[in-house]
Amino acid sequence: MADKSIKITVENIFKIFGSNPDSVMDQVRAGASKSELLEKTGHVIGIRDVSLKIPAGETFVIMGLSGSGKSTLIRHFNRLIEPTAGKIIIDDVNVMNLGEAALREFRRNKISMVFQRFALLPHKTVLENVIYGLVIAGMKKAAAIVHGMEQIDLVGLNGFENHYPNQLSGGMQQRVGLARALATDAEILLMDEAFSALDPLIRNDMQDQLKELQARLHKTIVFITHDLDEALRIGDTIAILKDGELRQVGSGAEILLNPADDYVERFVRDVNRARIVTIGSIARPAAQLACSKVTAASCKKLLTTQEAIIVTEAGKPKNIISREFFARYGSAGLKSKKSETDDVACINQSATLEESFSMLANSDEMAVVIDEGSKPVGVITPKVVLKAMARC
Amino acid sequence: MAENFPQIFDTRSFRINIDEAFNWIVANYGEPLEILFLPVLKMLIVMEKFLQWLPWYVVLIALSGLTYLACRSWKATLGTAVMMFLIGVIGIWDPAMSTIALMLTSTLLAVLVGVPVGVIMSRSNTMQSITLPVLDIMQTMPIFVYLIPFVMLFGPGKIPALLATIVFAIPPVIRLTNLGIRQVDAEVIEGVTSFGATPRQRLMTAQIPLAMPTIMAGINQTTMMALSMVVIASMIGAGGLGYQVLQGIQRLEVSRGLLAGLGIVFLAIIFDRIAQAYGRRMQQHLHMGS
Repeated sequence: MADKSIKITVENIFKIFGSNPDSVMDQVRAGASKSELLEKTGHVIGIRDVSLKIPAGETFVIMGLSGSGKSTLIRHFNRLIEPTAGKIIIDDVNVMNLGEAALREFRRNKISMVFQRFALLPHKTVLENVIYGLVIAGMKKAAAIVHGMEQIDLVGLNGFENHYPNQLSGGMQQRVGLARALATDAEILLMDEAFSALDPLIRNDMQDQLKELQARLHKTIVFITHDLDEALRIGDTIAILKDGELRQVGSGAEILLNPADDYVERFVRDVNRARIVTIGSIARPAAQLACSKVTAASCKKLLTTQEAIIVTEAGKPKNIISREFFARYGSAGLKSKKSETDDVACINQSATLEESFSMLANSDEMAVVIDEGSKPVGVITPKVVLKAMARC
Repeated sequence: MAENFPQIFDTRSFRINIDEAFNWIVANYGEPLEILFLPVLKMLIVMEKFLQWLPWYVVLIALSGLTYLACRSWKATLGTAVMMFLIGVIGIWDPAMSTIALMLTSTLLAVLVGVPVGVIMSRSNTMQSITLPVLDIMQTMPIFVYLIPFVMLFGPGKIPALLATIVFAIPPVIRLTNLGIRQVDAEVIEGVTSFGATPRQRLMTAQIPLAMPTIMAGINQTTMMALSMVVIASMIGAGGLGYQVLQGIQRLEVSRGLLAGLGIVFLAIIFDRIAQAYGRRMQQHLHMGS
């Protein structure tokens, strides 16, 4: 009965390293701590009871510092590492039950991976690396080359197809890794700290390129990183992992605005919120009322429950009537609000706080938050923005 | 006064048992074994005849060409040509050719057996811990000890010489194949596995190519050890330059021994250079692109 849009379901994955992991599972389930278990049995907990639901077409970031188990976790998705307990369900198939041949087919068609240190074959050319997955799956070389050249084109490596990986810069090598992963047309892309080994500037370029590609291809991407800025930049949803345990899962704004615990709180402390938090995530709800229906009675009624009313004309925001305004000017003020022809201050819900500053500074009180179709979704005031900035 | 080590049991009967058991093997399996190794003998003889049939300048040019291909250096190429020429001048061309034949045949067979053994070893730690001590014993046991059973089984001749050479020369190629494959970057192996490579595809497309420089170093050492075995192998009928050295000892002719010894040194230099340069080029190819 899986939700249709959920692509990957991770259920209670445990991974314990040691000579006989099954023997200590009971202790781990009972809540033995990492150091306690290591001291008593010599076993190390890699992943403890992680469950996730990853929607199709989303970039899902798993973030944690080194030793948090993030790289171990991602290797469970294509079973480069076998879990001690738990299952991973992808499109209604439990990956843990796949036999050797089925697992191979699964890796060839369904899921592909990009590695931190690229993991390219140094004795093969860029093109040969890109078509590697196709060739080992038995595709004819000529067809594979046609397909491979498309991927090389996609990542912008034209003209380098006959070079060897070591002749390229790090960023270009990782593009080869990306093209190789895209070449198999897998629906799921695993990226294990894919950009961590690159220079900051190149990393930014690669992040942009990934976002661009994702907007076109709509893959389900599981992205591992230790870099919060990177996570916030590319992730639709972010999961924070510490010591093999999941601490919080949510959108970037949710994690920034409502950190689940001290650890996450400390983690997000130094992030520049103004650049990450979007207006949409802090917008206040407001009633909407068509211009023709604005009367003292209707306003009074709506403003008992709502902070403000957005006056609309043909679905487009025209003006705002706030509770304070109504209290001060009453029905006399409504006339001007109805007839005023000036455009009300509007801001797109996907804009960041930073982008709203200049507009808010120039408007007197409230601004209307709109969606991509210019439909009003709520209102925002400088006070709300300041509050979000002040982390409270 | 020193006390003698007490005799715990009579080793004579123990040794007699071993000898008798081996004699029984020789009596019952000597002939089938000889038939089994006949193709190997044929291969060696064909190779030897072929090298001796080729005009000397063809061999000289071929070896010089090979040196140039491997080293890309005119100096090294000229060196090979001069050394081969000198081998001809001092009148040991034919024995040198049969030595090359023995060396190449035993190296080839050692590689054919050694690389797969190394691959199996690299796949399992148990296999490695069993094989390593065996290789240690093979390398430290005095070479003459191998000769006894081989001669008993096959009688003096080229087969026991070839087999003893292989046993003596095979450890490096096994060791370094194992080492080379184990040293391949784990992330690259994860990479090919994550794209659905079968164990065989993983071996052929990633492990062997990436381990190749190390495997080549093993093949180089195996070649050198095979060459160093030729003098001893000649004692049981391998012929070639080693036989010239042996004759020098028997007849107390310093000159004969010296010239043949010089020939062995020349061959060693030539083949070592070729194999090493080839390994180096491969390494460059892997680490800096071609």
